[in-house]
Amino acid sequence: METQNEVLLKVDNLVKHFPIYRGVFQRQVGAVHAVDGISFDVYKGETLGLVGESGCGKSTAGRTILQLYKPTSGSVDFQGVDLATLKGEELRHMRKKIQMIFQDPYASLNPRMTVGDIIGEPLMVHNVATPKEIEERVADLLNKVNLNPAFASRYPHEFSGGQRQRIGIARALALQPDFIVCDEPISALDVSIQAQVVNLLEDLQAQFGLTYLFIAHDLSMVRHISTRVAVMYLGIIVELADRKTLYTNPLHPYSQALLSAVPVADPVVEEKRKRVILEGDVPSPVNPPSGCRFRTRCPIAKPGVCDASKPEFREVDPGHFVACHLV
Amino acid sequence: MTETTPTGDNSLLEATFATRKIGWFEKFVGPENFRILVGLLKTPASIIGLSLILTYVVIGILAPVIAPPVKPNADPYSIPRDGFSSDPKPMGSEWKRNKPPEPFWYKPLTGNDKWVHLFGTSEGQYDIFYYVIWGVRTAFFTGLLVTFATLVIGVIYGSISAYYGGMVDNIMMRLVDVLMILPSLLAALILAAVLTPRIGKSLIPVMTALIAFGWMGYARIIRGDILSVKERDYVLAARVVGVKDSRILFRHIIPNAIFPTLVLASLAIGDVVLAFAALSFLGIGTEVGYADWGQVLSFARNWITALDQYWYIVVWPGLALVFFVMGWNLLGDALRDVLDPRMRGRS
Ligand SMILES: Nc1ncnc2c1ncn2[C@@H]1O[C@H](COP(=O)(O)OP(=O)(O)OP(=O)(O)O)[C@@H](O)[C@H]1O
Ligand code: SF4
Ligand SMILES: [Mg+2]
Repeated sequence: METQNEVLLKVDNLVKHFPIYRGVFQRQVGAVHAVDGISFDVYKGETLGLVGESGCGKSTAGRTILQLYKPTSGSVDFQGVDLATLKGEELRHMRKKIQMIFQDPYASLNPRMTVGDIIGEPLMVHNVATPKEIEERVADLLNKVNLNPAFASRYPHEFSGGQRQRIGIARALALQPDFIVCDEPISALDVSIQAQVVNLLEDLQAQFGLTYLFIAHDLSMVRHISTRVAVMYLGIIVELADRKTLYTNPLHPYSQALLSAVPVADPVVEEKRKRVILEGDVPSPVNPPSGCRFRTRCPIAKPGVCDASKPEFREVDPGHFVACHLV
Repeated sequence: MTETTPTGDNSLLEATFATRKIGWFEKFVGPENFRILVGLLKTPASIIGLSLILTYVVIGILAPVIAPPVKPNADPYSIPRDGFSSDPKPMGSEWKRNKPPEPFWYKPLTGNDKWVHLFGTSEGQYDIFYYVIWGVRTAFFTGLLVTFATLVIGVIYGSISAYYGGMVDNIMMRLVDVLMILPSLLAALILAAVLTPRIGKSLIPVMTALIAFGWMGYARIIRGDILSVKERDYVLAARVVGVKDSRILFRHIIPNAIFPTLVLASLAIGDVVLAFAALSFLGIGTEVGYADWGQVLSFARNWITALDQYWYIVVWPGLALVFFVMGWNLLGDALRDVLDPRMRGRS
C-alpha cells in the first residue's frame, strides 16, 4: 500500500550479538542474540510502532540503528547512507538528523547540568549557534514542549517525571532531526501523564514532519500513535503490518496472543474477547530455539515443521509481512 | 489533538524557584551534593571536626606570632634549642641560650616577662612549644600534599583504566590488587628507608613513600564509579546528540563519578598525617630538630622508662596530633555517613 511513500530508513538484516566472556583469559563462550536479523523500512512522516515483551531486543534494535552499538552485521540505510559504515566525525554529523528519546526520564538527564545546558548542548557541540542564539533556541524549545522558558537555569531534580520527559524531548528536537527513536518514552510515566506526552509527540510530528520509531512493550500503547506496527519476539520481527490490519487481522500466533491481552473499548466486543494465554517463559536469547523461535510457546506449533527450519519473513498481503510456516 | 495539554503545575514550580540563585559552589559540586554539604553543617560531629580544623588553620597561619623565630630570617621550621644537654627540662624552665623574642601576647597573658619553655624541652634542648606550633604547618603541608598527589595519581590511573577497558583495564587493575596486598605502612617505611640515604633527611622521602603506596584506593573507587556512570542513560544521550568523547568524559562522566573519591580523600588526610608521624617516630624522615610532631615524639623512644617524669615530651605533641587527626576524621566520617546511603543507591 505504501508504495508511493518515500523510504527514510531501510534496515536490512540487522544483527546485534553481545559476546559473553568467561574465565581468566576472557574467552568468548557465547553471545546474547539480542537482535538476530531484522529488516524493515520506515517511511517518511510515519510512526512505526515496535512492540514486544521485555527483553526481546527492542532497545538493542533502536540503539543499533542509531549506531550506539556497533552492529554485528547488516545495514542501516538512512537517506542513502549506510550508517553502519560511518565512523568518528561522519557519524557525529549524522547524529544531527537522528535522535532518541529515552524511557527513564530520571536517568536520561545529567543531574549536574542545568536544563538549559542539557537542551543547548547539542547545538553547542555541533557549533551551529552562538551562545546567545543557543539561549534563544533553548527558550523556544522549552516553549515547544510546553515548559516555562524560565526553567532553563534549573536542575533536572527539580522537575516531575513528565516534565523531565519533556526536557528530553526538547533535547532531541534541538538539532531539528528528521527521525527520532522513541524508546518506550511513556512507560515510566503515570497513566495520567502518558496521554499528554503522546499528544505532544504527535503535535511535534505534525509541526516538524518528524518520523518516529516508537518502541513499546504492549500493543495498547502504540495503537493510538502508530501508522504501522512491527511485532518483535526474541530478536526477530514476526509480523509487520499497517495499524488497522494488525489490530483487526493479526496473522502470527504471537501477535494474536499479544492482541488478545489488549482490552477493547466496545463492551460487546470486550465481552467476547478470547484471551490467549502463552505458556512458559521466553527462552534465553543466548540459545534461541531452532527453527521458529516462537515454537516453544506457540499454541499451534507443528512438530517436524516448526522446529525444522526458520520461517521466512514474507509479504503475505501487500505491506503485510509475517514469519510463520502455517500462514 | 492539535492542542497539547499544559502540565498545569508550571506556575507553581515557577513561584517556588523564582528567587533562588545558584552559586558557583553549588554548580561545582552539583545540586544534590550541595544540599548534602549544607546539611552537613548542621551535624554535631562535623561541626566539631570543622572547628578543630579551623583552629589548626588559625594556629598555622599565626605561627610566627605565636612562636616567633629566633632571628627574623632564621628558618622557622628549625626548632630553636636552648643548649645541648641531654636531659629534658621541665615546663616553665627559663630560656637561657639562643632565646627567641617574646611574643607580644606573652606578657599580658602570663604577667611574666621572661620567655620560658612553655611545654619544656626535649633531649638536646629543643623547645617543645615551638615543635607543637610550627608542626601544625608541617602537618597541613604533608597531609594535604600527599593526599592531593595520591588523589591525582589515583584518579588519572583509574580513569585511564576505566576508559580503555578490556585488557588494559585488566592489567592495570591487577597491578593495583598486588600493590594493595602489601601492608602499605610497612612498604612506605621500606621505601622511605631506602630513599633517605640517597636524597638526605627531609620531608621528601617519607612523602614520596606515602604517595607511592597511597593512591591505589582512589584508582579503584574512581574506576568503579566511572564504569557505572558510563552506562547511565544521560551518557548515551550525550552520544546520541553527538558530544565528543573527551567532553563526555570530562563533562558527563567525571563530574558524576568523582564525589565518592573526594570523600575518601577527605577521610584520608588524618590518616596520612598519622602515617607520616609514625614513620617520623621510627626515625625515618626529617632531621632532628625539624618542626614535625612525629619527630619530637621520637625523642620519647629514649626516655620510655622515665616518661612519668618527662611526660611533657609526649603529651603536648601527642595531643596536637590526636586532635588534628580527630578533626579530619570527624569531618570525614560525617561526610561519609551522609553520603553513604546515596552511594549505595547508585550504580
Ligand atoms: N549491553 C549489553 N550487553 C549484554 N547483553 C545485553 C546488553 N544490552 C541488552 N542485552 C541483552 O539483550 C537482550 C535484549 O535487551 P533489550 O534491552 O534490547 O530488550 P528490550 O526489548 O528493550 O527490553 P525492555 O522492554 O526490558 O527494555 C536482553 O537479553 C538483554 O539482557
Ligand atoms: S512457525 Fe510454527 S511455531 Fe512458529 S509461529 Fe508459526 S506455527 Fe507457531
Ligand atoms: Mg528496552
